[in-house]
Amino acid sequence: MDILIEVKELVKIYQLGEIQVPALQGITLSIERGEFVAIMGASGSGKSTFMNILGFLDQPTGGLYLFEGINGENLSREERAEIRNRKIGFVFQGFNLLSKYSALENVELPLIYSKVPGSRRREMARRALSAVGLGDRSHHHPLQLSGGEQQRVAIARALVNQPSLLLADEPTGNLDTKTSKEIMEIFKRLNEEMGITIVMITHEPDIASYGKRKILFKDGKVAGDHTSRL
Amino acid sequence: MTTILASFRIALRALLANKMRSSLTLLGIIIGVGAVIAMISVGSGAKKRIEEQIASMGSNLLVVMSGSATSGGIRFGAGTVPTLTVEDAKAIASEIPGIKYVAPSYYGIAQVVFGNQNWSTVIYGSTPEIFEIREWGLIKGRSLTQQDIDGATKVCILGKTVAENLFGGLDPVGQIVRIKKIPFAVIGVLSPKGQSTWGQDQDDVIFVPLTTAQKRLFGMQFPGMVRSISVQTTDPEVMKIVEEQINGLLRQRHRIPQGQDNDFTVRNLTEVASRAEESAKVMSLLLGAIASISLIVGGIGIMNIMLVSVTERTREIGIRMAVGAKGKDILLQFLIESLMLSLMGGILGIAIGVVGTLILVHFTQWPILISLKAILLAFLFSGSVGVFFGFYPARKASLLNPIDALRYE
Repeated sequence: MDILIEVKELVKIYQLGEIQVPALQGITLSIERGEFVAIMGASGSGKSTFMNILGFLDQPTGGLYLFEGINGENLSREERAEIRNRKIGFVFQGFNLLSKYSALENVELPLIYSKVPGSRRREMARRALSAVGLGDRSHHHPLQLSGGEQQRVAIARALVNQPSLLLADEPTGNLDTKTSKEIMEIFKRLNEEMGITIVMITHEPDIASYGKRKILFKDGKVAGDHTSRL
Repeated sequence: MTTILASFRIALRALLANKMRSSLTLLGIIIGVGAVIAMISVGSGAKKRIEEQIASMGSNLLVVMSGSATSGGIRFGAGTVPTLTVEDAKAIASEIPGIKYVAPSYYGIAQVVFGNQNWSTVIYGSTPEIFEIREWGLIKGRSLTQQDIDGATKVCILGKTVAENLFGGLDPVGQIVRIKKIPFAVIGVLSPKGQSTWGQDQDDVIFVPLTTAQKRLFGMQFPGMVRSISVQTTDPEVMKIVEEQINGLLRQRHRIPQGQDNDFTVRNLTEVASRAEESAKVMSLLLGAIASISLIVGGIGIMNIMLVSVTERTREIGIRMAVGAKGKDILLQFLIESLMLSLMGGILGIAIGVVGTLILVHFTQWPILISLKAILLAFLFSGSVGVFFGFYPARKASLLNPIDALRYE
């Protein structure tokens, strides 16, 4: 199958004053196109650091990272922004929506930076909102929406540019069980029907069970990698 | 890069989100630009006024005054002892090249009576050339002629102030006034000239033929005596040479031996006036400089607010970067924000500057010029202030690391 992500001996060390804190201590794994991966681990295990590097938000201290065969090490700031814009969608635990903008405008945001003209931008954003079941709430501002709705706006924003990779960092961390399930159903549908590769961080086992593959992080290393067969 | 239109919309939203803060920042620029416009207008008004006064005095003008009297070591100032004659004036006109007009003058103060009205003023005896030299036209009647000079006729031309004081609303032309009890026919009224550079009312004067002043009004200590000779040169370049030549010629005619002081003085009035113009220029520059400082202070206000804004919106910057905003997109966004602030401030400042200037005009009666150049300059200047002071905060925002910005609390 087609390999989307390949990392070899990935190392990340944070410099906190005099002290060096190792967050990733040699991660080697690959993720194929169309996979739904759940990354689990205790806090401080390096899973968020790993995801930030996958999403080109942060850079590793050492090791190799290939995304669609492109070596992340040689990319400029601008090129990394370009990849974040066109190839990757982010869903965060805290939603990270712009509170002064309506749901529709929040979803339009990535399209502004890929220079999609105004009318087409709105059309695409509307379609993305409908896809997560928020077509009728597009003019509400984030503070007028429930947590689940806000997260769905964030998902629509992540999807609007039709990325090849969806990264979700504790997407249900701020939501109740029922809403969490709704969000996970959306993820499942995106993965199965649209074939989007999803890498999701969570520490809740029943959320992780939505993933077909579970990777366990411990002290900056992969402690387990298990693919469930259907 | 985002489209410019989208950037403008983003900037506008950000500014509207903090209305109070934006308007206070605007105020700095408004005051700065308003002050620049008002000050430049006042300065160019002052310059214009002086230029008008110079023009009213006559251009390229040299005045030869009679020498100062010396009595017991005390010198009494130019014109106190009559030493000049009509013959001197004729000699200057015929022997020195580069001269356009020469007008010998004899003047004194006398009381003028019309009906039951009286007025004390300067009676100025001269030749018709005086009006050419001073570029002074009539609003009514006729000017002096050579016949008036030759015949020492009892005619006079009134300055505007005199005409108003003696006649009120009446038409003075054709009326008879008495100067030192001698009846004079009014043949004309001069157009108003207003104040001279040193604040004298130039319209408070009566012109009579030179010969009439000499023979009938003030008398002469010797034949052909005049108090001053006005000389107009053909162009400003020759004034220095003509001045020297008049000095030489008159020393020779008055038989002044080497080493002795002149018994006359040549004054270059244009030089005096241009010095006044110079100081007006310096003043307007100074005013402009002070006003510019307030504009720069306004710019620093923008920078301050933009820096606060960048810090406050670090998370927003992080979100934008996470969804694909490049450094230059963020740079452009904040730059446009500060540019919008400064340009809006510029436009409002121009409006306030113009209104302020008009109010100043209304209360001071100064001729204040609102120049389009000053407005354009202030607008461009405020724009550059926006870019200059907005650049540092914008650049700071654009260089943020996406993950650090996202994690910022």
